[in-house]
Amino acid sequence: MMLVVDKVEFSYSSRPVLRDIRFEVKRGELFSILGNNGAGKSTLLKCLNKILKPQTGTILIEKEDLSMLNRREVARRLGYVAQRYESGRFTVFDAVLLGRKPHIKWGATPRDLKIVQDVLQVLGMEELSLRYLDELSGGELQKVVIARALAQEPRVLLLDEPTSNLDLRNQFEVLKIVKKAAKERNIAVVVVMHDLNLAMRFADKFLLLKNGTIFACGGMEIMTPENIASVYGVQVAVERLAGIPVVVPL
Amino acid sequence: MRHLAMENMPESYLRYTQRKVFIICLLFLLTILLGVYAINAGSAKLSPAQVLLTLLGKAEGHLNIIIWNIRLPRVLAAITAGAGLSVAGCVMQSILRNPLASPFTLGVSQGAAFGAAVAIIALGAGSTHSASADAVIINNPYLVTISAFVGAMVTTMVVLFLAQIKGVTPEAMVLAGVALSSLFSAATIILQYFASDVQVASIVFWTFGDIGRASWRDLEIMAVVTGAALIYFMANQWNYNALDSGEETAKGLGVDVEKIRMAGMFVASLVTSVAVSFLGIIGFIGLVSPHMMRRILGGDHRFLIPASSVMGGLLLLASDTLARTIISPVVLPVGAITSFMGAPLFLYLLSRGYSKR
Repeated sequence: MMLVVDKVEFSYSSRPVLRDIRFEVKRGELFSILGNNGAGKSTLLKCLNKILKPQTGTILIEKEDLSMLNRREVARRLGYVAQRYESGRFTVFDAVLLGRKPHIKWGATPRDLKIVQDVLQVLGMEELSLRYLDELSGGELQKVVIARALAQEPRVLLLDEPTSNLDLRNQFEVLKIVKKAAKERNIAVVVVMHDLNLAMRFADKFLLLKNGTIFACGGMEIMTPENIASVYGVQVAVERLAGIPVVVPL
Repeated sequence: MRHLAMENMPESYLRYTQRKVFIICLLFLLTILLGVYAINAGSAKLSPAQVLLTLLGKAEGHLNIIIWNIRLPRVLAAITAGAGLSVAGCVMQSILRNPLASPFTLGVSQGAAFGAAVAIIALGAGSTHSASADAVIINNPYLVTISAFVGAMVTTMVVLFLAQIKGVTPEAMVLAGVALSSLFSAATIILQYFASDVQVASIVFWTFGDIGRASWRDLEIMAVVTGAALIYFMANQWNYNALDSGEETAKGLGVDVEKIRMAGMFVASLVTSVAVSFLGIIGFIGLVSPHMMRRILGGDHRFLIPASSVMGGLLLLASDTLARTIISPVVLPVGAITSFMGAPLFLYLLSRGYSKR
C-alpha cells in the first residue's frame, strides 16, 4: 500500500468538515474522490498534503507517518496540483524546474535540468519550453502544472479538479497523462473530480463523499444509480454506450 | 536513472539563462562606467585621468579631498541604497503577491523616516552644526537606524496584517500605504514644531531624499546590511519563485509560506530603514527597477534579485548624477527625480490592471 488513511477527522475551528475518513490507495492506481460541492473533497486532499492538519487519525505514505514529516519532506513524497494557481512571468521550463525545489539545496544541477527536459518530452511539450506561461492556453497551462508535479518525482500525486475549465479534448489529454503517469511511474494518484463520466472512464477506484463522510468506497461496482442518487441528490441512470459506462441524469 | 552527460543538457535553455547573466553583467559594467563619470562630473572640473590617479592614491591634496570625501561616498551611497531599496521592492512584490508593492508605496519608507526623525529630534541622536542644508549631523547612526527600523516595522506589521488576515486586494493595500504614509508624514510635521529652525530646514529637504548626506561610516553600515539582506534573499530565491505560482502551490512544494513572508518583510524593512535613516525618503526606486527587470528578464528570482539590485544601483546613481548636474551648481533632491520617473510607471501599472507581465 502506498497511501493509507485511517480515521481522519478535520474541522475548521468548531465546524466539522471531515469525519471518520479511511481508505487505501495502491501503487499505479488512479483513485478518484467524488461528491457534491462542499462535501469536503478539497479539504480531504489538503489534509493528505499536510497543508491542513487533521485533528485526529493517521495518514501513512509507504508506512511513514505524515505528521512526523516536515514540509520539505512531504513535498519530496507528495506532488500537489492545486485548483487555483497563478502564472507569473516564467517560461515553461522554469515553471517545471520549480517542481525540483524540494530536492534542490542552492542551485539546479544538470540532473534537475535533465529530469525537467524528460518530463516535457514525455508530455510532448518540448516546443513550448521557452514560452512564457502568460502566453499559453488553459489546456497547455494545466499540463505545465502537472509536469511540475511530475518533475517533483512524487510517490503520491494529488490533483484537485484538474479538468475543470478545460475543453473536451484537453480534459481527455490531461487525464490520459495522469493515468499513464500512474502506471509507468508506479505511483498512487488521487484526483478530486466533478465529472462522473470522466471519473468512470479513467479511475480505478472511487470514493463517494457525502457531508464529510464516506458514503461508499470501492471499484466500478459502487457506481450504482442508487449510490449516485443519494450522494448527489439527482436521479440518474448508469448505462453502457459503445461499451463505455456513462451516467445520465433522468 | 540513465547516466547523464553534459551534451544531453537542454541547450536552448542554457543559452536562455546565459543571456540573463550577460544582461546583468552588462548593467554592472554600465554602473561602474557611470560611477567614474559621476565622480568626474560636478562644479570642480576633473579629468578621468585625475580621477583614476586619485583612486589609486597618486594625487595631490585638494583632489584627494574632493574625490575621497565628497564624490566617492556619494556615488557608492547611491549604488548601495538603490540596490537595497530595489531588492526590497522586488521581494515585497513577490511575497505580498502585489505588483504595486515597494517600500515607498506601502508607507514603509515613511514609517522609517518618522522613526529616524524621532531619534534625531527627540532622542538627541543628531546635532546642529551650521545653517546649511545638511546641517544636521547624525552622531549616533545606530540609534537612528534602530529607531527607523521600529517605524518601518510598525508599518510592515500593519501591511502584513491586512495582507494575511484580511486578504485585501493589491489596490486596497496601496490605499492603506497612502493612509499610513500620510499618518507618518503628519507625525513628522508635528515633530518639527519641537525642532530648531535648522533642523526643520534639514528635515524638509530630507523628506525628498539626499544622497550627499552619507559619510563613510554611514556607508559602511548601509553596505553591510544591504549585503547581508542580498545574501538572505538569494538563499530564498526558490521560495519566492514558488510563491509566484500561488500560495497553495508553494505549500505543496514544501514552502513554509507564513515564515518566508514574515522573514522576508522583516529583512526588506531593515534594508529600507538603513537607506532611509542615512539618505531620507527616496521614492519609487523600489518599484521601478524590479518592474523594468521583470519585463526584460522575466520573473525568475534567481536572476531577478541580482538584476533588480544592480538596476536599482544604476538607476539611483543616474538620478543623483542628473540631480547634481542638470542645473549645476544647484543640487536638486534626488527623490524629486526618481518620483518623476516612478509616478508615471505607477499610474501605468494601475491603468493596465497591473498584470504581472
